[in-house]
Parts: sequence; structure tokens; C-alpha cells
Amino acid sequence: MDLILEGIKKAFWLLITLDPEVMEITFLSLQISGTATLISLLIGVSTGTLIALSMFPGKKIVASLVNTGMGLPPVVVGLFVTIFLWRNGPLGFLGILYTPTAMILAQAVIATPIVMGITLAAIQHLPQKLRLQILALGATRFQMVWILVKEAKLPLLAGVMAGFGGVISEVGASIMVGGNIKGYSRVLTTATVMETSRGNFDIAIALGIILLVLAFSINFIITQIQQRERPR
Amino acid sequence: MNMVEHVPILEAKNLEVKRGGTILLNIPSLSIGKGEILALIGPNGAGKTTFLQTLSYLLQPFQGEIFFRGKKVETHISVLEYRRKLAMVFQDPLLFDTTVFNNVASGLKIRGMKKKEMEARVIEQLDRFGMSHLSHRSAKTLSGGEAQRASLARAFAIQPEILLLDEPFASLDPPTRESLIEDLEPILYRTRTTAIFATHDRLEALSFSDRIAVMNNGMIQQIGSPEEVMNHPIDEFVASFVGVETILTGKVIKKNAGTFFASIEGQEIEAAGDAHLGETVFLCIRPENVTLSTQFHREATSARNVFTGRILKIAPLGPYQKVQLGCGFPLVAYVTNHSLEELSLTEGKEVRASFKATAIHVVRKGESWKGF
Repeated sequence: MDLILEGIKKAFWLLITLDPEVMEITFLSLQISGTATLISLLIGVSTGTLIALSMFPGKKIVASLVNTGMGLPPVVVGLFVTIFLWRNGPLGFLGILYTPTAMILAQAVIATPIVMGITLAAIQHLPQKLRLQILALGATRFQMVWILVKEAKLPLLAGVMAGFGGVISEVGASIMVGGNIKGYSRVLTTATVMETSRGNFDIAIALGIILLVLAFSINFIITQIQQRERPR
Repeated sequence: MNMVEHVPILEAKNLEVKRGGTILLNIPSLSIGKGEILALIGPNGAGKTTFLQTLSYLLQPFQGEIFFRGKKVETHISVLEYRRKLAMVFQDPLLFDTTVFNNVASGLKIRGMKKKEMEARVIEQLDRFGMSHLSHRSAKTLSGGEAQRASLARAFAIQPEILLLDEPFASLDPPTRESLIEDLEPILYRTRTTAIFATHDRLEALSFSDRIAVMNNGMIQQIGSPEEVMNHPIDEFVASFVGVETILTGKVIKKNAGTFFASIEGQEIEAAGDAHLGETVFLCIRPENVTLSTQFHREATSARNVFTGRILKIAPLGPYQKVQLGCGFPLVAYVTNHSLEELSLTEGKEVRASFKATAIHVVRKGESWKGF
């Protein structure tokens, strides 16, 4: 029990005094996961909307592939990104393995299907006739798509949150492609794994608390969004 | 009706919509004059929605040609340009997740209208539909009737040349529907907006339209003035669709205290209610309110309307027999099997039909509004 109590006490001390190392790790995490989420937002929302609005044979198969992608195991993503970025790999010439860029890449691969899948569902969930109503109001195709995306903004926001929540708490891929290098590619999850294995429970608990607070905030916002009513 | 100019604002030729081998719509030709109000009536699945969506280029692909003021759409004017002359209101309000004001403004925003001009137009429409006090409310919080009002205001805000209404009142409760129709009628007449509106409610069609088109299986079975369609249905289908009850059209020629007389095909029918002299009215008579008799000497009766007619057709209808009569105008009566036997009613037999002045449901046409 002492171990836990001492750990929690020290953890709070680290948080209150804004311990430079803890802060640095937190900011790097936010930066990497934030950038990855932004990339997934651009690709996921546009592609998801496109799939939702177009009619083509095999649409259902594509939709199930996207939905499967929402549960992509991070270690598998880490494995393939590593292989691609490996010195002799197809993208080895970029020389970005064990850099934050590689982590952004891996996290974007994890988050994109999540954002895409939720976008797909959100746009398809809008009333079928809304599209017709927008066109009947004199909208061009582009205006129609833009208005639909705006109409789906709340579930889309939830999708972005889910994507961010997925990557900030992910550890497998980050360790594999980032290498957990101190002050360079060490993020909340990878640091927690390392400090725990070293027996530095205080710092591990402090990092854990930050992760929990982040996860809680994200889920709180998603819940708020989902509890809202739709207009008639 | 004198306001209808006979320059077709909209013409459709050889419209055909096919999906997987089935023909959903087949309209060889239809033209609509400026300011005209055309009602499309027909049962569910008759093709009313398909027709409206095809006319507005929302349902593609289709075969055929559409002309707007004589200009062929796609060839002489683009689909977008054409669509921007129209507005469409659906059965569901389909409002956007924003304020009432922004909803009413949305069509104008899409057209890139300047803010000041837009505001003036939106305020005008909100006022017209009695929604000014709801301007800043979120569309989510509106009741069904308010939402449909907002949807209509949004359509009118773009000052459409043609308004397409797809059963806009179908999902409203009767009092809300009536108050909305009461407000919409004068607006339609005052703005002289050409309108095509689909409904499965015959009375709605009567009170609104200059012409009625009865649709079935994707085709227009009959098109004509309400009088023509109601009093002279062209075939069995139209008759059965418009004739669950007898609907007669006539002009008011005399007035009494509490009742008036309407002239229908040269005969006079007395109905309870109020109407102006010379006004066109629709008299709806339910078959169960029509009494048949074979006694031709005039006995005392409280029924104000007694006519002699010939039985055209007798058809069983559940526990009753449906008797179609011709008394100079068509009339339908329900009688029990017992009465049928007792009076020995057969097709071709002459009978007396009577109904009370109070048994007539009077529908007044929006005539009084046309003076605006």
C-alpha cells in the first residue's frame, strides 16, 4: 500500500511543480497525436464523405473494410510502418524511422480509419432527403457536400475525438517506430511503460494521471455531443 | 382563375423514369401556366414524389425534356440555373441544425446574396409566416407545425418562380394543418407563385388548386379543373379515388338563413353553411347519409334535398351495398343488404335519393383570397 500512496503523493508533487520532464513528455504527446489527428481528419472526413455520398458496386465491402480499420491493432500498424521505413524498406530512403515524424505517420494510419468510419456513418445517418432539399435550395454539388458536413459536425467532432483518444493512449506502434528516445520521441505511453519497468512508480503514476485526465476529458466531450438532439 | 396566364412556365415532354425494368413515371406531356396551382393527387406509390423530383432534376437519370419558359433545360439553361428558379418543400421540414433565421436564409446564402438584402428578405418571410418571435430559436426546438412553417418560409425566401410541394402537410395533426393551409393559401395567391403540390387528401386539392391531376402507376389518369375531375371522372380508378364520397362542384345561386343553394348540373342542392353568392363551392356527401326510397309520392321529410335518379351500378362493399346513382349528377349511397332486398333495388331501376342539408360537408375554394 505504501508503494501506491507514496507514488501518488510524489506524482501529484511532479504535476503541481510542473516537472520539466513530465511537461516535455506531455507536450510532445499532444503535438504528435494532435498532428496525426489533424492528418486523419483531412483524409478521413473527405474520403468518408465521398464514400457515403457516392453509389458504386462494392460500397458495402468498402464500408466494412473501413469499419474493420477502425479496430486496427496498433502493434500491427507499428510492424508495417517499421518495415516500410526500414533502411531497405520501400520508404527507407526517407530516413525517418525512430523519429517523431514516423510516430505521426503510424498514429495517422491508426486514426484515419476511425475518423473515416465515423464520418461515413454520420453522413449516411443524415436524412436521405436532406441532400435533395439542399440541392432543391439551389446548391451546387460542392455546396451540398459542405452543408452536409456542417450538418454532421457533431458526430464528426466525436469522430475526431475518438481518433485522438485512440492514438494518444496507444503504445505499441509508438515504441516500435519512435524508439522511446529521451527528449526526442518519448511520449506519455512509452514513458509510462519504461518508468514502470524501472520501478519509478511515482513518475509512471504522474504520467498515468495525465493520460487518464486526457481520456476522461475526451470521453466527456464525446458523451456531451452524443446526448444532443437532432433537429426535425 | 382569370389570373392564370396561358404562357407555359413549365413544360414536360415524354418524361419517363425507369428503375430496374419497372416504369415509375410516364408523362407524355404536361404544361403549366404562370400562376397556376396544380394539385397531384393519387394513392401512395402513384408516382407523385417521383414526378416532383424529376421535374426538379433531383431524380436522375430520366428520359424526356423539360422546358422552363420555353427554354430547354440542359441545352438552353443549365440544371443549376433552372433549379434556382424552383423551391421545394418536402413532407419532413428538413431544417438545418441552426437558428430559424439561418434556416430561412439558407437558400439565399447558397445564392451568395449580400447580407443586408438577405436579412430584409428573411425578416419579410418570418413575418409573413408569423414566426418573427422564433427567429433566434434553434430549429431543433420547434414543434412540427412551426418547423414546417420555417421550411415554407425558407422556400418562399428565394422568391421561386415555381414552388413544388410534396405532401407538406401530411405529417401534421389536423388543427396544425388547417392553420398552416389557411396561412399558405393567401400567400400563394398574393405572390402569384406557380405551384405544383402533391397530396393524397382530395379536400386539400380542392381548396387549393386550379387544376387537379389524378395519378396512378406513374401516369396521369386524368387532368382537369376540380369540377371536371370530381363531377366527371374519366375512368373507374379516378372515380374510386375521388369518389369515396360524392363531391359535387357548383355555384352558389341563392341564400337562406343558415343555408344556401348551389346549382349543380342544372339542379339545386341546399346545404347548411355560409357562402357568397356566385362563389364556387364543393359539396361532399357521404354515402351513408344518402337515403334511397321507391315511394315517389312526396311524403313529408326533413331532408331538404330529394332527387330522382337511376341506379347505375350496385356493388357489394363489406356488409353494405354501394349504389351508384345518376340524378343529373353522380351520387353514391350505401344501403344494407336487407334494404336492397326490401326495396328490390336493381341496376337501371328508378329511385328517389334524399339527404339533409346538414349532412353536406361544404368546402369553399380559396376564391375570396384571389382578390388580393
